[in-house]
Order: sequence, then structure tokens, then C-alpha cells
Amino acid sequence: MSLSNIVNASMAPGASESSSRRDFLKVGAALTLAIYLPGCSPDSSTDTSATATGATAFEPNAFVRIGADGNVTVISKHIEMGQGSYTGLATLVADELDAAWSQISVEGAPADAMRYANLAFGVQGTGGSTAIANSFEQYRQAGAAARAMLVAAAAKRWNVAAGEIQVAGGVISHAASKNTVAFGELVADAAALPVPTEIKLKDPKDFVFIGKPSARVDARAKSTGTAQYTQDMQLPGMLTALIVHPPRFGSKVKSFDAAKTKAVKGVVNVVMFETPVSTGVAVLANDFWSAKKGRDVLTVEWDETNAFKQGSAEILADYRKLAATPGTVARNDGDVEAAFKQAARVIEATYEVPFLAHASMEPLNCVVQLGEGSCEMWNGEQFQTTDQAAVARLLGIPPENVKINMLFAGGSFGRRANPLADYPLEAAAIAQAAATTVPVKMVWTREEDTQGGFFRPLYVHAVKAGLDAKGNIIAWQQRIVGQSIMSDGPMAAMVQNGIDPTSVEGAANLPYAIPNLRVELHTTKIGVPIQWWRSVGSSHTAYVTECFLDELAHATGKDPFELRRSLLTQHPRHLAALELAAEQAGWGKPLGNGRARGIAVHESFGTVVAQVAEVTRTGQSYKLDRVVCTVDCGVAVNPNIIAMQMESGIGYGLSAALMGAITLKDGVVEQSNFHQYPVLRINQMPVVEVHIVPSANKPSGVGEPATPVIAPALINALMVLTRKPVRALPLSKQGIQMA
Amino acid sequence: MAALDINGKRVEVDVDPDMPLLWALRDHLSLTGTKYGCGMALCGACTVHLDGQPIRSCSTPVSAVTGKKITTIESIGASPVGNAVQEAWIAENVAQCGYCQSGQIMSATALLTSNKSPTDADIDAAMAGNICRCATYARIRTAIKNAAARLA
Repeated sequence: MSLSNIVNASMAPGASESSSRRDFLKVGAALTLAIYLPGCSPDSSTDTSATATGATAFEPNAFVRIGADGNVTVISKHIEMGQGSYTGLATLVADELDAAWSQISVEGAPADAMRYANLAFGVQGTGGSTAIANSFEQYRQAGAAARAMLVAAAAKRWNVAAGEIQVAGGVISHAASKNTVAFGELVADAAALPVPTEIKLKDPKDFVFIGKPSARVDARAKSTGTAQYTQDMQLPGMLTALIVHPPRFGSKVKSFDAAKTKAVKGVVNVVMFETPVSTGVAVLANDFWSAKKGRDVLTVEWDETNAFKQGSAEILADYRKLAATPGTVARNDGDVEAAFKQAARVIEATYEVPFLAHASMEPLNCVVQLGEGSCEMWNGEQFQTTDQAAVARLLGIPPENVKINMLFAGGSFGRRANPLADYPLEAAAIAQAAATTVPVKMVWTREEDTQGGFFRPLYVHAVKAGLDAKGNIIAWQQRIVGQSIMSDGPMAAMVQNGIDPTSVEGAANLPYAIPNLRVELHTTKIGVPIQWWRSVGSSHTAYVTECFLDELAHATGKDPFELRRSLLTQHPRHLAALELAAEQAGWGKPLGNGRARGIAVHESFGTVVAQVAEVTRTGQSYKLDRVVCTVDCGVAVNPNIIAMQMESGIGYGLSAALMGAITLKDGVVEQSNFHQYPVLRINQMPVVEVHIVPSANKPSGVGEPATPVIAPALINALMVLTRKPVRALPLSKQGIQMA
Repeated sequence: MAALDINGKRVEVDVDPDMPLLWALRDHLSLTGTKYGCGMALCGACTVHLDGQPIRSCSTPVSAVTGKKITTIESIGASPVGNAVQEAWIAENVAQCGYCQSGQIMSATALLTSNKSPTDADIDAAMAGNICRCATYARIRTAIKNAAARLA
């Protein structure tokens, strides 16, 4: 998500002023990077003495806890949904702490924006590939502070100078006196000391874990079935709630007949619920199967007065008409009109992308338990502050009375970061409607998850390029037509001058040296709920810009790699990633008959990714054999996790490019489960080779930036073989068979 | 009341015979390692072993499994093949979100139990029923080969 500029004011009203006040530890002036290290408990002012009396744990700040057994627990303010945040944040702490990797474990932080805000957002939440980027100094400082206090405690105990003490692998030692002590033995001593006011961070040359491929901290739990997801929550007396949502967006419940449902063994209650975002009927039962059987015999009549009844074909037709008219200007360099008049040749194309579902493996769910003026939630929780505020408003209670326990999420790809808090609101509204104080586990079926909306929006792009007599690109005009993700909701302040940055990102910041360049936007309003989807705007803009550039290369007889090089001289990071990809892929070397390469480069979330795709034609079918992927994401905190995210991003983007499409007919979603919304399987996964561009810059994100690049890299390779552009996705609907 | 043989133990569970095994495991026996993904045998997240064969527990009623040996992710590590697969998964850092990995490991263990050195085509055939939205497929392939080597 593109949330990098979000500030408190635009989100979560009520959350910050009502949170309890406390002092923060300010780090020393010489090294201060405007970062605060909050204390370990929400209402403590110094936090140094949490365990001053008979210490069993040492908690120097909100992010680190060291037990007398020597276990170091890192408290992650960011959700672990697959992207490796738990391992990455632990790496930052462990490095400055000089711990042993084996003594590190991670637990999720509670919802508390004062202690656990995303420093890129100003509120607590995960997204926009920011988890490591915003935490890089903060989590290192947390580890460094803990180390300094342990060293001070050892120095005091041994009566030696702190500067003579070494720390390595979780052991503190003093060479001259031959004293050694493990972290755990110093817990009580360290807890009694004041938190230092100046913290010195390591010189990067002394990094122990940063830059190394440490094992994932969640690997064992996730390989033995013990990792705890929302779906796995079991609490005494807990009910499972399944939902019937309206078949069309915007419908409301007129009436329902629960007679048959209530006759199903195990069904406890049937309730209608309504939130500011959605509505439906919920069946509460003792287990999933009883709820499902009850739900299957439930009859609901819908009031379709405000139902959205268009189909994808009609939406596309409307958007194409809009694309022929000028829109709101998002970028305007030079004089595009004049340049088109001068152009020796003008090339135009229209590209279309469908709605997409996120289709995480864990269908949406949320556990809530209502109390007296309070609410406790268990959730794969991605947007703590907005969810807390929305649920509090619904229940009429203060936000701090909504306690949120963060569990692992079985994927999200943006879906669990709903700015409107749609699904936590549903869980709370169901419990409220049922007037129950037992825990309620709301579960969406796969069908609900596929049809429930909050899709990646459908977009149409109309692009036009002007070429001079030598084939140089002198003008580029791109009109984007589609819904705005941020216009309605708590992030509306991000939309300025009619431009939602998430609609145009990747196009409005096109890096190519084209003197006359205009990007325009038509923001549409239709009744389909939409949301960010892994890589957000770039999920469509990169496809269009990178494929259209290849169309221009073909039209002018230029090599796509050389054309990009010539246009990127002012963008050294793009150029370096591009050149490394070309070199590693053997760009220009003959591949043999029926084989071709395609190249694409794109920046998103501060990270530049370039990919070269290799495709083989066999008969009428094509196979993506290999993808060479380069990435410049600043300092590589964990190169193995970076590689995993490149592989994952490629697989996710490839799935959509090959076969991903949610379509509407008369307002009804036509897909329901994986037979109709197919996703990538193992036999379709190419070999992926990842090369990281060395960098000393601050780290930027890796969860999303590989996703948008694979579609254009693949299609540009296909275009070499087919000599035809691909101007709509997915490929399965364009008559292209992929093996 | 149905009598089931799960992970080497005989257990009684008071559920309707039409209840899919998945929900008996998860909601009545607290064996939550086996996951719900689709409910239609399309994604493989619910894979368990029935007399050693991989089945989709979301679409297999309890009535069809009485008297048969059921093995879930919670005990697969007790077998040499299951253990080798799990350790290979951990060493290769296969899991990302991890939600599908119980099912992946159950399918991979069944594959390596019947085929000591699977080819890429064998792996594709055995694993194509297991979806991973994090697309950890390349590492799954490597981990299966590493587990095979470890067992050889």
C-alpha cells in the first residue's frame, strides 16, 4: 500500500488523544534520528524497573524482553502474514544486542498506537512494504539499549570499565578478568539500571545478522501445524458464525426465515447485522459444520433498491468512453499537445485489467468477545488503529477498550488492511446483534471470500506516444480510468486535487526521459467495494507502461533493453537493476527457435525491481521457464527473505497475469471458489533467480515490488514470439495458452 | 458417536456422520494444524492421510473414515519420512504465511513414501492439488528433493 505519507490526522480519529500518556525514551542527541523508543508497558513512565523487585524478566523498552532463562523475545509491531517481518525485526534487535539467533523468539504486539505506531503512517498498521523500512533504526536502538544496560550491569558486577566488555552470541565477557555471564543471569541487575539516554548503533561493518540469511523464526511452527492463526482460535464457549452476504453489492436484508436453520442441530442463533460498511445475516453455531448446514437452509429476501447491477462488460464500455476524454491531470511535463503535432508518428493503445480477489489461503475471519464496555479481538490483525477505532465507534466504547491480540495471518496481500475495517466490524456487529458475551469466531467461507468484494479495481488505460522521425519518444500521454481506493474512508485526505495517488502510482512517476509527458485520471464511482491488492497502483500501471514501451521498441526496431537504458540515464538505481538483470539473464545471447526473453523494470515502495522472463513455445502453447529478478531495496537485512519475497511476488503477479479475473454479471460476481477463480499451482511456477543490487541505503520494502513486474516481463517475451501485443489481462482470456 | 483412529489413538467424537473429517478434527478434537481453505477439495490445505494415502478432509465425511488409520500434521513427524520432510521444510525456509504448509507437507510425505526419488514431473503431479498463495513452490520442490536425499 502507498501509505508512506499518512499522518495521524488522516486516520483513526480519537485514537491518539484518548490513549494514555507516557514518557518516551529519547535516544542521544548525536545519534537521534527522530525516533522514540517507548517503554514496555502502556502506563509506565520510565519502564526500567518493571522487574526491580525479584526480576524474572528485563524489559528495557516496548520491543525487547529478556527472561532469566536467557530467552530474548522481540515484540513485533508488524503482523507476520508471510512477508518475513517477524524474522526481519528480530534480526535488527539481535544484531545490536549481539544475541545468539537460537535464543530469539518473536511475539505480536498488542494494539497500542502510542507504543507500536508504524513510523511511516503515524498509527499502528502494516502495509506499503514498510515493516522493515520504518523500523530499521527503532528496532536496532531497542536492541542496542538492551545491550548497553546488560553491559552496564556486568561492569558493575565485575567492577570493570564497560568499555572493556565484549558481547557475542548472547554471552557477555571481560577478557582481562576472564569473567563471562549469559544474558539471563543479568536480568535482575540490568532491570534495576536506568535506561540510557544515548545509544550508539553499530557501524554496518560490524553487523552480525544484518545482511545474513538467518533462518525464519516461524519456520518450525509453520512446518509442524502449531502456528496459531485466527481460524485456529478455540476459547471456552466459543461460537462459530457464518454469514450470508447479499448477492449484489449495496443490497440490504429485507427479511429472513430462519425456521429451518434453527432446526439444525448445533445452531444457536440467527441474527441480522448491519455495520457502516456491510450487512447480512449470520448463523451462530457450536461449530463450523453446524453453522454451514444452518446457513445452507437459510432463506433471505433482499431489498435491492440500491443494489449495484452492472456487469463487467458494461463497466468496461463506460470506462472506454471516459478514456477518450481528458481527465484530471496527475503529471504534466513539457507540452504534450505541441509534441503530438510535431510527431512523425503517433501510436495508441488501450489496456484493460479486471477486478481481482486477494484469495489468501486463510479465508477472512475474526474472533471477538464483547464485555461490559469492552471488546477483545483475536485476529491476523493488520490495521490495528483503524480497526480499533471503527469497532469502538460501532460499540460506543473508547478505542482503548478494544483489545486486539495479533495472530499469524494466512496471507493478506492487502485484504486484512481494510481502511473501513469491514470484517472486524462484521464480527463485532454479529456478537452485538446476538447479544452474547461468549467469544464469536466469524468465518467467511471461500465463496464469501471470493465474492465479498474489496477487489483490486478494474482499470482501463488509454496510452498514446508521439515519435520523431528517428523514432525517439517525444510525447507520452496516459489516461487511467477506474475507482479510487482512498477517496471514501479515513484516508480521503490523501486524495489531493482530485488525484488518488494509488490510482496513478507507477505511471505518474514514470522514470523514462520523455520531454513531454502527461498522465490523466478519471476517478469513477461505482458500487463495487475495492481495496489495495499487493503492489496497489503498480499492479496495473507497470503492466501498461512496460508493455507499451515494448510496443514502441518493436515499432521503431529498437532493442527493449537498450531503449530502457537510453531513457534511464538520470535514474541510476533503475539502470543498475536493469543492467544486472540483463547481464544475469544473458540478454542478447541467442536462445534458439521458439524461445524469447522479455524485460521490465519498475519502482514501487522505494524499491526497484527488474525482471527478465524466458518463454518457450511448444506447439500452440507457451511456458514461462525462468525469471531472472534483480532488486535494489537498500541494505539487504536478510537476503534469503528478500529472495523469498521476490519469488512470492512473482508467483502472485504471475497468477493474476495468467488467469486472475473477477467478473460481474448483472452485479453478481461470477466466480465462487478456486475452480472458477484459478490460481497458480506448482506446475506453473517458473525457476526464479534473484540477484540483490548491493546498496548501503536505508532498507526499503520487498513484500510487494516484485509483483507488478512479472506481467510485463512475461508479455514482452510473448510479444517477441507472437508479434502481437497483449492489451488485456488475464492471458487465459486473450487466447494465449500457457502450459 | 463415531470411533476414529487418529494419530495412533482411538478417539470417540460426537458428531453427525456427514460432518467432514476436517471439522471433526478442528472443532471437536482440537487438532487445528489441518486447515480449512476451500471446502471443495480444490486447494489441499486440509490434506491428511487415510491409511497412508493423502485425502482432502474437507470433503471426506466422518462416516467414510471409521475403522481407518487417520494421520494428521500433528503426528506426521513421528514417521521417518514425515520427519525428513518437516526438517527439509524448516531448513529450506519454505513457509511464508504458512497456512497451506500442513497440507503441502502431508502431500509431500505421501509422495516420498511411495516414490523414493521423485522427478520434477512426479512432484508436479503429486503436489498440483496443493495451492500456495505465497507461491513457495520452488522451495517446496527443493525441500522434497532434499528430504529424498536425506532418506536415501
